[in-house]
Amino acid sequence: MNGVHDLGGTDGLGPVVVEQDEPVWHAEWEKAAFALFATNFRAGLFNVDMFRWGIEQMHPAYYLLSPYYEHWMHTAEHYAIKGGAIDPSELEAKTQYYREHPDEPLPERTDPDLLAFVDAAVKGGAPARRESDAAPAFQVGDRVTVTQDSPHKHTRKARYIRGKTGVIEQSHGTFIYPDSAGNGRGDDPKHVYTVKFTNAELWGADNAEPNGVVYFDAWEPYLVPAAVPAEGATR
Amino acid sequence: MTRSEITPSPDVTVPRSEAEIAARMKALEALMIEKGIMTTEAVDRLAEIYENEVGPQLGATVVAKAWTDPEFKARLLANATDACAEMGIGGLQGEDMVAVENTDDVHNVVVCTLCSCYPWPVLGLPPNWYKQPAYRSRIVREPRAMLRDEFGHDVPESVEVRVWDSSAELRYMVLPQRPPGTEDKSEAELAELVTRDSMIGVAPVRV
Repeated sequence: MNGVHDLGGTDGLGPVVVEQDEPVWHAEWEKAAFALFATNFRAGLFNVDMFRWGIEQMHPAYYLLSPYYEHWMHTAEHYAIKGGAIDPSELEAKTQYYREHPDEPLPERTDPDLLAFVDAAVKGGAPARRESDAAPAFQVGDRVTVTQDSPHKHTRKARYIRGKTGVIEQSHGTFIYPDSAGNGRGDDPKHVYTVKFTNAELWGADNAEPNGVVYFDAWEPYLVPAAVPAEGATR
Repeated sequence: MTRSEITPSPDVTVPRSEAEIAARMKALEALMIEKGIMTTEAVDRLAEIYENEVGPQLGATVVAKAWTDPEFKARLLANATDACAEMGIGGLQGEDMVAVENTDDVHNVVVCTLCSCYPWPVLGLPPNWYKQPAYRSRIVREPRAMLRDEFGHDVPESVEVRVWDSSAELRYMVLPQRPPGTEDKSEAELAELVTRDSMIGVAPVRV
């Protein structure tokens, strides 16, 4: 999706606002929004790629202006409704209830298995690496070009690298392919490579900062062999 | 091919108030508890982990060890996931980690332009600025200017600036340079000097 989330190279978004001694949580609701990622993943309502895809479909103006963890609320809410776990009307009714009674407590429930899951997930992680018999199409040192096409749905092929040519710097093995898993079509593992692009290649010689490169991790289907050999290339 | 699956509701172009967000989140949490998916204990436990147990203090111990143990440093740069695991560090959003080394000739800086990917096991949860559009948009385009203007870190033109966009499931941390004048410090004293920002790559380690 050519969405607002795909921010690399966008100009005019203002200064960075650095908060000194920033706390981990800025409000109580952020803790619950953060927890939704783990608890609703465990409930099978989404995978991490679908989670990102839900965020990417927020209204662009709202995406840019809303607090970060509200993005997580948005995607968790979307998949809870889509997965049939909750009904939009009950969510609206419950929201109205807490608007009017903000200090009313939450329902009580204990779940030792969920607590154990939380600790195990934080320590053990949720690896995206997947075995595959497919041989890598590219080797370290190969020159590759990123394909130009614009998928409608979830992809990690950022716009600022499309059509650009770089060099394979590292080959990492096979991982879940977001263009499949994020769109509900299974893991479909693909090779992942770190590709090095020069600043001049990405932004044009007249606009680029000197002496700099950007590394981008790309799944194999994003790449094709570069058309022009590297002979005396300045890129 | 269908396009967006989600039709934005009419009210979502206007930012919600904190009170409105809190009510909405509380409603969602209440429903998730009623459906047997969530508990307040799980929320509190996750909050506590990233507030008190997993944070940049862990990454700082990795950096200090790399500064004082050349063999560990070599293992860290070869395979950061395995090297961190030696120290009992690893897990969610750090299943496959990569450490990149700052030198006299190279300065590294980490970003995620597409969302906010960040190496949680070594740095904890990211600060707000790392997740904001201003940082994610510009650091790949003008890293040198941004480091100077926004973070007060002037990287000489003779030093190559390498930006790592965490676009897949690899998670990057910067191994900053050990500051001069720290030869007599212990590993534990060195770890206290290492900041979160130095491991993202927006600041040097200062004595």
